[in-house]
Amino acid sequence: MELTGSMNMIGYGLAAIGPGVGIGLIFAAYINGVARQPEAQGRLQSIAILGFALAEALAIIGIALAFVL
Amino acid sequence: MSLALSSTLLGAGAPSAAEGFTPPGPGDFNLPPVGPDQTFMFLGQEMYLGVTKPMLQLVLAAGLVFWFFYAASKKRAMVPGKLQYVGEGGYGFVRNSIGRDIIGSRDFMRFVPYLFALFFFILLNNFFASIPFIQFPTFSRSGMVYSLALMSWVIYNAVGIQKHGFAGYIKLQTVPAGIKGPMLLLLVPLEAMSNLLVRPVTLALRLFANMLAGHLLLILFALGGEYLLLHGAMLVKPVGILAWVLFIAISFLELLIQFLQAYVFVLLNAMYISGALADEH
Repeated sequence: MELTGSMNMIGYGLAAIGPGVGIGLIFAAYINGVARQPEAQGRLQSIAILGFALAEALAIIGIALAFVL
Repeated sequence: MSLALSSTLLGAGAPSAAEGFTPPGPGDFNLPPVGPDQTFMFLGQEMYLGVTKPMLQLVLAAGLVFWFFYAASKKRAMVPGKLQYVGEGGYGFVRNSIGRDIIGSRDFMRFVPYLFALFFFILLNNFFASIPFIQFPTFSRSGMVYSLALMSWVIYNAVGIQKHGFAGYIKLQTVPAGIKGPMLLLLVPLEAMSNLLVRPVTLALRLFANMLAGHLLLILFALGGEYLLLHGAMLVKPVGILAWVLFIAISFLELLIQFLQAYVFVLLNAMYISGALADEH
């Protein structure tokens, strides 16, 4: 079997491990917080969304640079 | 960089077309100019005479946002009609949950016009990727995003310098609270680079890369599904249908991502402004 490609995609695959774990941690904390105190859902939601976007940014930069470079 | 799906990988026989599959790349985002295909020289650079579709989309988005909120706020009835209710809801969302909650109730009103216009401008430009017949996210062209990030950078730095003075502002941004001694030598360059230099880059890169990657994924699914359907062997054709089903699923994900990226851009702007306005430790 012959596979042709570039290292860019392997690099992206490795780079996606970190943000994957990070986003899992963020939403685990959010779910825990809402489970302990459901009234806090509104206040925690914006922090969770902010954390998600910050962690996701690294994964997205990875895939964008994998295509561009 | 080239990815070539070899026929032996598909395993079920050679594809009937000999040219193989050329995957989409960032070059697909260079749209041709609308207008005469001429160039002219300007300051030693060759410039195109026409405008491109993303440029027209920017102007269209600006016009649409202005027209919508002008129409929504024209009547100013005490009991709002439907259009005014929607307009007020949109404005209230940015003003309350982004402006007042992040910047604080004392001086958030100064920045609400900027944040409000920025949010709906970015939102509409992002949604252009999902609207039929337009279907191009304007902010997958990086120049447009970097100009927005530059504007945000100038604003939050100018606000901070206006409040604290130049030296005081630099001290606020680079020296974290409660650190003394040799740790400062390590932390100050790091904080300076992170707060003053890297912030506009990551702000822009987040929005740009999200739009680029999302749209590229959609193009890949559409073209790949078509290639597999037309040129794949018999057992491979259902994979083409699956690619198109995933195309539809990811389109819905892209709607969510478009809204989220606009929201996060404006939220981070508000946080940077509030960080620049923060009182001394």
